Amino acid sequence: MSITEDQARKVAHLARIAVDDAALPALARELGSILHFMEQLNEVDVAGVEPMTSVTPMRLKRRKDQVTSGSMADRILSNAPDAREGFFAVPKVVE
Amino acid sequence: MTKPNSLTIAEAREALRKGDLTSIELTEACLTAIEGAGALNAFVHCTPDMARDMARAADQRIRAGEATAMTGIPVGVKDVFCVKGVPSQAGSRILQGFTPEYESTVTRNLWDAGAVMLGKLNQDEFAMGSTNESSCYGPAVNPWRGPGGTQLTPGGSSGGSAAAVAADLCLGATGTDTGGSIRQPAAFTGTVGLKPTYGRVSRWGVIAYASSLDQAGPMTRTVRDAAIMLGAMASADPQDSTCADLPVPDFEAALTGDIRGKRIGIPREYRVEGLPDAIDALWRRGAEMLRDAGAEIVDISLPHTKYALPAYYVIAPAEASSNLARYDGVRYGYRARLSQGDGITEMYEKTRAEGFGPEVQRRIMIGTYVLSAGFYDAYYNRARKVRALIRRDFDQAFAAGIDSILAPATPSAAFPLGSVDKGDPVQMYLNDVFTVTLNLAGLPGIAVPVGQDAQGLPLGLQLFGRPFEEGDLLNQAQVLERAAGFVAKPDRWW
Repeated sequence: MSITEDQARKVAHLARIAVDDAALPALARELGSILHFMEQLNEVDVAGVEPMTSVTPMRLKRRKDQVTSGSMADRILSNAPDAREGFFAVPKVVE
Repeated sequence: MTKPNSLTIAEAREALRKGDLTSIELTEACLTAIEGAGALNAFVHCTPDMARDMARAADQRIRAGEATAMTGIPVGVKDVFCVKGVPSQAGSRILQGFTPEYESTVTRNLWDAGAVMLGKLNQDEFAMGSTNESSCYGPAVNPWRGPGGTQLTPGGSSGGSAAAVAADLCLGATGTDTGGSIRQPAAFTGTVGLKPTYGRVSRWGVIAYASSLDQAGPMTRTVRDAAIMLGAMASADPQDSTCADLPVPDFEAALTGDIRGKRIGIPREYRVEGLPDAIDALWRRGAEMLRDAGAEIVDISLPHTKYALPAYYVIAPAEASSNLARYDGVRYGYRARLSQGDGITEMYEKTRAEGFGPEVQRRIMIGTYVLSAGFYDAYYNRARKVRALIRRDFDQAFAAGIDSILAPATPSAAFPLGSVDKGDPVQMYLNDVFTVTLNLAGLPGIAVPVGQDAQGLPLGLQLFGRPFEEGDLLNQAQVLERAAGFVAKPDRWW
């Protein structure tokens, strides 16, 4: 399967990674070669096979729905690149 | 006398208990070794003050007669584990400056057992890679050198851990294994690396790559040490719903040395085209050693082996693209400098372009593609169906009475840094051909050093075990280790 430059641009945007137009042909080639490698999977007869959802045959654990921690806004914000007045700060989202 | 930092965990435990050695002496020996090993680039954040405090506390605990098997033992921690107050960036620029406010369960368990924290160890960025070259710190270097002093990769992604253990900078180290990242570097450095059953060890506080495949484990100089360290790392954990609610057995007690009657499978699909003679010969020798110890060697078939690598390179990037969506420049780590008029989308896109390295970007984009509308069934669901068939291959082998499976750990010995063409990702992924099946099947596996190639570089074999039977697996691995008698150490050049 080959990937066009437009498809490469679209996937980069979906992944929220800035890619220069000049880098798109190389990116398209790389992604294409990886997807080509994956196409070996088409040789396998998977009729009637359920996709694996969990590698261990265990039922996910349940826990009580209760508050176990909280009141630590300062610790949560301590690693933020920009935090002000108890909030994460980001560029303006709404005009 | 052996230098303290060159002791095994079992030997150090004995010396500490007898009072022949204190943890502070042992810790100082490791800190000195680390200081002199800058050329290996194994430790990327050293924590000497923390180490000394923990060593003093361990000495008190030992004197009070309250020691566990790991009390006073200095260890290194792969950068991917969150350690409270210590930079933890998974080898990525995007987590530059991130200092966790919380502790991973694995490291919490180790500190509770009395282990001593020496520092954080180098790795491929977000554990994606087999050479350590995708690290934001630059690659860790293998203490073993090639002909003419060529610098070799220690493997990856847990390359810093493997280099540190092989060079006697610490007595043991934590690693994580998503597609072979514990076992391949162990094989490249002549050390032991154990990937436990998925769910044996908690993933809480381990920076995620591919959540259905990631599993932490010990990297040590001997199989016995792996048994000791796994015992301290493993636990049930309410913080990780995929962590098994099973008691942690005494893995060391399983090391009886008796493997008579065990049926060990040799999977014919691992005899791949182009397998070097040295690896093939090593594999046959390993099988003979186990047969001589009383095991029955049985040829088996795992028919879907060939499809493990393409299935892995769909599933792992798909999960990575989702897990790594959290690095957006808002809550922690790196944020790009923005231009006038840039909005939040530009902030995300620039931050991720500057913060992630090329291999991580590539895997995020592949993952995004295979999960996108119109391709989900063709790639992601098909890969998950193939994954079910790969697991079924193993289940059928175990149901037929096979106790474990012997295979090469890697298709070659360690190779020179910079020798893999980064423009050809598929070629790079072929390094993982013998290791990824195990992660897809969620099984435990261990790499053991068994021999050396013509250049004197270490070569390893791996054993795969039944789910949650790490004790039995370790016992067989120790028999192999003893029969192989691998004692070579790299010459100190660093």
